[in-house]
Amino acid sequence: MTASLALGPAPDVTLGRINPVAQLSALIIVTVVLLTSLDVVTPAVLVAAELTLLPAAGLHRPGALWRRTWPLLAGALSVGVVNTALSTHPSVISGAGLGLRVIGLALPGVLLVASTDPVRLADALTLHWHVPTRFAYGALAALRLAPLLVAEYESIRLARRTRGVEAGRNPLARVRLLGGIGFALLVGAVRRASRLATAMDARGFDSGIPRTNARGSRLHPRDAVFVAGSVVVCAAAVGLSILLGAWAPVFVG
Amino acid sequence: MTSPGPTAAAALRAGTPVRVVARGLGVRHASRRAWALQGIDLVVEPGERVLVTGGSGAGKSTLLAALAGILDPEGVEVIGELTVGGRPPRQARGQVGLLAQDPDSQLVMTRAGDDVAFGLENGGVPAEHIWPRVDQALAAVGFRYGRDRSTQALSGGEKQRLVLAGVLVRRPGLLLLDEPTAQLDRPGAELVRSAVARTTADRNTTVVVVDHDAGPWLPLVDRVVELTPEGITELGAGWTPARRAAGLRLPDAPGGPKLLAAEAAGFAYRGTTTAALGATDLTLSGGRALAVTGPNGTGKSTLALLLAGLRAPTIGRIEAADELAAGARGGRRPDRWRAGDLVGRIGTVFQNPEQQFLTGRLRDELALGPLRSGSHATAAHATAEELLERLGLTAYADANPYTLSGGQQRRLSVATALATSPRVLVLDEPTFGQDAQTWRELVTLLAERRAAGCAVVVVTHDADLVSALADEQHELQPVGSAP
Repeated sequence: MTASLALGPAPDVTLGRINPVAQLSALIIVTVVLLTSLDVVTPAVLVAAELTLLPAAGLHRPGALWRRTWPLLAGALSVGVVNTALSTHPSVISGAGLGLRVIGLALPGVLLVASTDPVRLADALTLHWHVPTRFAYGALAALRLAPLLVAEYESIRLARRTRGVEAGRNPLARVRLLGGIGFALLVGAVRRASRLATAMDARGFDSGIPRTNARGSRLHPRDAVFVAGSVVVCAAAVGLSILLGAWAPVFVG
Repeated sequence: MTSPGPTAAAALRAGTPVRVVARGLGVRHASRRAWALQGIDLVVEPGERVLVTGGSGAGKSTLLAALAGILDPEGVEVIGELTVGGRPPRQARGQVGLLAQDPDSQLVMTRAGDDVAFGLENGGVPAEHIWPRVDQALAAVGFRYGRDRSTQALSGGEKQRLVLAGVLVRRPGLLLLDEPTAQLDRPGAELVRSAVARTTADRNTTVVVVDHDAGPWLPLVDRVVELTPEGITELGAGWTPARRAAGLRLPDAPGGPKLLAAEAAGFAYRGTTTAALGATDLTLSGGRALAVTGPNGTGKSTLALLLAGLRAPTIGRIEAADELAAGARGGRRPDRWRAGDLVGRIGTVFQNPEQQFLTGRLRDELALGPLRSGSHATAAHATAEELLERLGLTAYADANPYTLSGGQQRRLSVATALATSPRVLVLDEPTFGQDAQTWRELVTLLAERRAAGCAVVVVTHDADLVSALADEQHELQPVGSAP
């Protein structure tokens, strides 16, 4: 759990050389295409294309891949099974199509997170897309605290045991205890966040002076190629689907 | 050492030390009747370095927040006058740098260099001037790693030095240090103090340090003032803090039976290859006090969790003697006991006291443990009142534990562990944040428990505590890989 939440500088991988906003653009294009097509061919082609990018994101080892994607695969499987079993015209094909859609929608996010340094992402968003700095860097600072929250949960649970408070086997007591821990966690998180906000303010954050950026964020020709490539792959997926007679866009219905 | 290029200096106004003036300053928190600060008269000349010390709960943190201009205007009442560089603190915030206790809630970025650059970016310094200044600041605090070093891979002392670089790079006219070494071990604290000494030697900033532990700062400051409930007192040249252990007479304790033992017990978190605690052998006996010491990261707190029955060792065993285990369901392994059985047998104080508080009033907080372990309500409340009195907390009996100062919270958490009269006491840094008087009261209380047949374990960096109380010392060494 902590491994996937840990936000160190991202490892130097090939996909990391693509500017985050180019990756986000491709992600949006793929999302739109997937959300509007209900067949099985389009998501199959797109998922295949996304899978070829895994090594470029440093996810070639099955262990690393599994750790990041098992909740996603479980979700996709359940979507597929439920839709196969419960739909009015049960069909394995449409169930598989929906399952593949879930994977196809989520994988670009997995690729982005695995290959992109969060700081570079915030830089790119504020410089190219003019996302407010308060939002981008505030979120960045908050993300750094996420792993601490996991450790704190454990420590509050143990602290309650030392005071003689424990749920045992009683499910009602368990719910009440979880509620209490959740509240203590929330109080702790708010206090830590306000200390962090104070520290950021003390260093002049969001003080009204136009912010500069020490690292910058440059767009290269390869970023345009990457976005164009995603358009080509999407077109190919839809084209193949039409050729095979499987094309079923959402708005035609 | 920090001579600016003309453009950079113009881009971020600072670099000249400011004067701080307080006249008749008083601050009261909205939820309290008593003033947190009262009658404060203080002038700090530009470039001067002043240490503000004072007892637990004397208002040190409140004074610092007032100087930094971060008092919540709706939550406090302020009287008198306070100016920083001739302006109200709130308007002078751009000239003030603040270094607080907890490095983890001050770092923003994932890389060391980016974090130092953060304050310059906020100030609108052109990108081409940022990196030279970042490198200069990192060199000035003695940061040994490059700009690309991950902030998560640093020790507490190194993180705190990095935060200091990020504060100084903005060239504040006033540098405020709020117990910046409180969460560090001795080498880490030394790193931070030497960085402060190096960076402020040229007097280009006024410095106000707030710390209850005055001694280590004395070589660094020009003068010392003490906060008291009545106001502020100038302590003359040559002042040294009273030795808190001087003349302390603790009751003797007859040796008792063996209560709890660790046999080659160690711990590794799931999915990690390095052990948090290497195999450790220990015996806790009634009437004996054991001090566990060692640098940060050697597993001191982990050992406390194992002895307290909060975690099961991943190697070796923790076993209670029959004397302690009698009547507890779950046999001789404390981690298998029910919480209700544990609380009357092993009392524990965590490093962060807030995590242990469960009620909205100090009085209820102290009565809770005895009630949980089956005491009668009258007896439980009598115990609570006695402990409040002993630890100087009676005035706050109806206050919410979260509103206490750090040192008071620590005393309260120690009191909650004592309230159930357990046979074993496991305390993680129990004396943290205490002034001389409360320190003596705490140590005496622990010694009394020892005399009554308790086994006391303290995990601590406090050398005075070790020499005053400990019968034995177990020093943990850095661990290698898990077997």
